[in-house]
Amino acid sequence: MRATRAAVALLATFSIVTAACSDDDKDTTATTGAPDTTTADTGGTDTTTAGETDYLWTPNADLLAAAEGEVNIIVWAGYAEEAWVTPFEELTSCTVNVTNGETSDQMVQLMQGGEYDGVSASGDATQRLIAGDEVEEIDTAEYSSYADIFEGLKLQAWNSVGGKPMGIPHGRGANLLVFNTEAFPEAPDSWGVMFDGGAASDGAVSVYDSPIYIADAALYLMATQPELGITDPYALDQAQFDAAVALLEQQKALTSQYWALYTDQQAGLEDGTVLAGTTWQVIVNLALENGAKIDAVKPKEGATGWSDTWMLSSKAANPNCMKLWMDWIASPWANAQVAVYFGEAPSNAKACELDGMAEHCTTFHAAEDEYWSDVWYWTTATEECLDGRTGVSCVPYTEWVNAWTTLRS
Amino acid sequence: MGERLDDAPLVAEPASAGGRAKGPSRPSRAINRYFHGRRKLGVATLLGLPLSWMLVVYIGSLALLVVSALYRLHPRTQKPTHDLTTDNLLAAFKFWDSDVWDGVVFPFLRTAGVALLVTAICAAIALPVAFFVAKIAWKWSRRGLIVAMLLPLWAGYLVKGYAWRAMVSPAGGRFAAAGKGGGGFLESTIHWTPGFGRVAIVLAEVYLWLPYMIMPIYAGLDRLPPSLLDAAGDLGARPFRTFRSVILPMLKPSVAAGAIFTFSLTLGDYIVPKIVNNGTERFMFGSSIDAVLGAPNQPLAAAFTLWPLVIIILFLLSMKRAGAFESL
Repeated sequence: MRATRAAVALLATFSIVTAACSDDDKDTTATTGAPDTTTADTGGTDTTTAGETDYLWTPNADLLAAAEGEVNIIVWAGYAEEAWVTPFEELTSCTVNVTNGETSDQMVQLMQGGEYDGVSASGDATQRLIAGDEVEEIDTAEYSSYADIFEGLKLQAWNSVGGKPMGIPHGRGANLLVFNTEAFPEAPDSWGVMFDGGAASDGAVSVYDSPIYIADAALYLMATQPELGITDPYALDQAQFDAAVALLEQQKALTSQYWALYTDQQAGLEDGTVLAGTTWQVIVNLALENGAKIDAVKPKEGATGWSDTWMLSSKAANPNCMKLWMDWIASPWANAQVAVYFGEAPSNAKACELDGMAEHCTTFHAAEDEYWSDVWYWTTATEECLDGRTGVSCVPYTEWVNAWTTLRS
Repeated sequence: MGERLDDAPLVAEPASAGGRAKGPSRPSRAINRYFHGRRKLGVATLLGLPLSWMLVVYIGSLALLVVSALYRLHPRTQKPTHDLTTDNLLAAFKFWDSDVWDGVVFPFLRTAGVALLVTAICAAIALPVAFFVAKIAWKWSRRGLIVAMLLPLWAGYLVKGYAWRAMVSPAGGRFAAAGKGGGGFLESTIHWTPGFGRVAIVLAEVYLWLPYMIMPIYAGLDRLPPSLLDAAGDLGARPFRTFRSVILPMLKPSVAAGAIFTFSLTLGDYIVPKIVNNGTERFMFGSSIDAVLGAPNQPLAAAFTLWPLVIIILFLLSMKRAGAFESL
C-alpha cells in the first residue's frame, strides 16, 4: 500500500514535470520544426579565405577584435544554413545560435523579450520594432557590404527613419501560388483558385496562418472588386476590411490546411493532400527535392511579398558579432548562397556577378524594378491609412489580429 | 525530544574525536540548543522557504497574470503599457457578443468538453485494467504489469505526439510524389485512419494521460479489502452488482483524483493537438492563447487564460467534494 501511494505521488510529480516541459518545448520545437539551433566548432582562421572558396569578405578589424564569441539570431527558416554559417564561424570565431521564426508577429514577440542580438525582419515587423525602440540605427561605415546593396532597397519606409538606415537589406521575394502540376495540367494564373474555388484544388488549399494573410484577400479583391476602392492591401477601411474577412470566411470551405510551420505545407505538397496554396519559394524547392509534382507562379493580380532587413537589437548582448553577421550575410558570396537556397532576389548587386548567379538574378528579378511594382511588401497596417487617404480611418493591425483569431477559432 | 538529541552525541562521540573541544563549540549543537523550546520558530524556519516560494513564485505569477490582463496594448509597438483597461477582459468574457462567443467562449467550452470526454474515456479504460492488475492478475506478475502501465511515461511528450502523427497520417492524394502519400501506420496496416483532426486529438490525449488515471484507481483498489468482495458474493451479489454497489462507491475518490490529472492536463494541452492536427483548425483553446500571445498581444492572452483558471478552480472544488484529495 505504501508502495502504491508512493507511485501515485511520483505520478503527480511526473505530471508537473510534463506540464512544465511542454511549455519549454513549445519554444524549441513546435515553433521551428527544423533543427533549431545551429552551432559549429569555431575554426579560428582570421583570413578571408578558409579552405578553397573565396568568401569575398573581410571582417571589420575593429569588430573582430571585440567579437564576443557568439551571437543569437532570429531568422526566417532557411536564412542561416550550415553552408554559410560555418564559414562565418571560422572567419570570426562567433558561434551562431539560430532560432527560426514562424511569423513576423512571433519575431516581434521574441525581440521584445530582449534575449536576441538581431533578427531578419520583414517590413511588417520592422516598423513595430522601430516604434518600440527594439532595434538600433546602424552606422553604415561599419558594414563593408552596404555600398553594394541595390539602391532601390536602401532607405525605404520599412528600414529607415528620417533618412537614417535602421538595418541592412537582406533580399526580397513574393508570396507565390503553388499548385500540383498533375491536378493542374494548365498552370493557374489567378489567386481565384484559392478564393473562388471551382478548381481541382477545392478542399485541398493551403493557407498561411497569420493575420497578415488578410492582405492577400484584399489584394485579390483589389483586382476583382474595383468598386470597393482598395488601392493598397494594407490600407483597408472598415468596409474594405469586412469584405476581405468575408472572403476568407468563404475560403474556409476550400481549405485543408493553415500552415505556420513550413514543414507542414511541405509535407502536404509531397503527399498530395495540398494541391494549391500560398507559399514561399524555399518550400517549393524543398518539396521538389523530395519529388513533389509542383510548380509556383506569381498570379496576374500580383502578390504580397517581403523585403527583409537585418536589424541589430538595442539590447544586444553580442553587438559586435551581430554586426559582423549582418555584414557577412549581405556580402556577395553569402548573400548569393542564401538567395539561392531560399529562392529570393539577393540584395547585394555584386552577388549577381558571381559565377552562375546571373540566371538566378534574372529568374528572381533582382534588378527589375518593374517586376516588383505589383508586389506588396508586408507592412504593418495603422489607423492612419497607408495609401494617403484622409478623412477615413483604416483598420489597425491589432484589429487584424482579432479578426484572424475569430476566423481561426 | 530536544533533550534526547542534545544528549545523544555525547554518548556516541567516537574516541578518535576525543581531542576536539566538546559541546558548545559545535555549530549544529548551538543551533539545536537555540531552537529548543522555540517550537513556532522551528516550524517557521522549516516551512518558510517553500511557503514563500509557493506564495511569491506560484501565486504571485498568477496574480501578475490577472493584473497584466488589465494592461492596454500600445497600438504601434504592440507592447503592454501600464494604462489600465477592461477591454481585454471584455474581449474574453463578453459572451453575449457574438464575436466573443464564436471566437473565445465557444472554443473554450468545446475544449472543456474534450477534456471531459478524455477523462471519461480514460476512466472507462482504467477501471477494468486497474481491477485486473490489482485483484485478478497473479501476484508475481503485478509488479511487471505496473511497470508496463507506467512505461509510456518514459517516452518524451513530443516523441509521443509525433508518434501519433505518424500513426494517424492519412493516405496522400492521387497526386502524391513517388514514395509519398502511403499514409501512416494505421492506413498502411488496417487501411483505416481517423486522419488528422479531432478524433486524432482525442486518441492522442487519452494515450498521453491514461497512466495518470490508472494509478490512483489501482491504488484505491489495492486498499480495497478482498473480504468485502467475498462478503458481497456470500450475500448473493452478482459481479456487476458487486462492482456497482461495493467497488464503485469506494473508488469514487480515486477516480476523482485521476480525473483531476486527465482533465487539467487535457484542458491545457495544445502542442500535441497541433502536431496531430496538421494545422487544419485551432481546436484546443490553448492554441488560441498561444496564437494571441504570439500576435503579440500579451494582455489579451492573459485575459484568455482566466477562462481555464476559473474552470479548473470549479473542477477542483467539485472533485474535492468527491473526495479526491483523500485519495492522493
